[in-house]
Amino acid sequence: MTPAGPNLVAARLAAAVVTPYTVRPALMDVLQVSILVIVAAGATIVVLSKTPVRQVIALSSYGLLLALLFLAFQAPDVALSELTVGAIALPALLLLTLAKVQGRRK
Amino acid sequence: MTPALRRGMFFAGLAGFVAFYLWGLAGLPGFGRYPGPYGFIINRIAVGQTNATGVVSAVNFEYRGFDTVGEEFILFAAAAGVATVLRHLRGEQEGGRDEASPEASVHATSDAIKLSSLLFVGPAVLMGWFLASHAQTSPAGGFQGGVLLATAFALIYLSGEFVTFRRLSPGTAVDAAGAVGAAGFAAIGLTAVILGFPYLYNFLPLGTKPGAVSSSGTIALISFFVGIEVGAAFILIIAELVEQKLLVSGRGAR
Repeated sequence: MTPAGPNLVAARLAAAVVTPYTVRPALMDVLQVSILVIVAAGATIVVLSKTPVRQVIALSSYGLLLALLFLAFQAPDVALSELTVGAIALPALLLLTLAKVQGRRK
Repeated sequence: MTPALRRGMFFAGLAGFVAFYLWGLAGLPGFGRYPGPYGFIINRIAVGQTNATGVVSAVNFEYRGFDTVGEEFILFAAAAGVATVLRHLRGEQEGGRDEASPEASVHATSDAIKLSSLLFVGPAVLMGWFLASHAQTSPAGGFQGGVLLATAFALIYLSGEFVTFRRLSPGTAVDAAGAVGAAGFAAIGLTAVILGFPYLYNFLPLGTKPGAVSSSGTIALISFFVGIEVGAAFILIIAELVEQKLLVSGRGAR
């Protein structure tokens, strides 16, 4: 599947197309590295949260951060899934479960 | 087993794990490098073959449609399992005693929460509907859209309107919607077989313009059914948990 000469040139040209949204590769690296660091910090905050309810809220924010990470790594579809599942559905189910468990404990 | 021996075994295992892990990492392709031909082929042919500019959806619902049927039924089975377990519990604990109305045990909600929840119901429905019906044109899809649609119902509950929440999502209707969504996906595949094509073959007209909402044949339709199924499954799970909280534990607290 190695592209022939003309194809390779075409591919290079396609990669070099500049749109109003084109970002310099160095800037993209800065963005990706910083979002990775922020996500690592967010994960640490989730793990270190003391009470379960706070942990769920932190987890929801962490899902938002992960969605931004996927967006920065050019996976908008995964970002959408992470947004709905990681930031909404999972925290909502956990909160409902917590509400049920704590209600029973009373 | 002495602590020293146990520690020794732990470190031996750790060393083995680290060794294999590093070995595996060393074999990975470089950051951002994609080695396989599959993605390049799909990128080149997908839009021309399906008229879907949301190529990820084209992969999910067409090229890898069979995998997605499996995923869909995993969610369906999970929701059915949650409902079965929780309904069983409810039957046990309610025991047919005083039939207090559910709203009696709803906690008072602050006006700020009520207002902000209700404000987001409309946008959630709109976005959910948009995502579920635009899989063929954008990185959206039925899974994301379905979850957002279910969120709209959860917001109605959050705003303290439990009765409205239950009236808008009666159990039988939600169960039926989930079944229709799951069966619709499988039925599209079977329709292709009946027409003499392979399972999940894209037998509908693809439209003339790539990226139009009406394009891509079965891809858009399958995504829509997936949206219904996922939305219904999440509403079902949320409703079961909410009722558990209100009926069972609410009663225990009194």
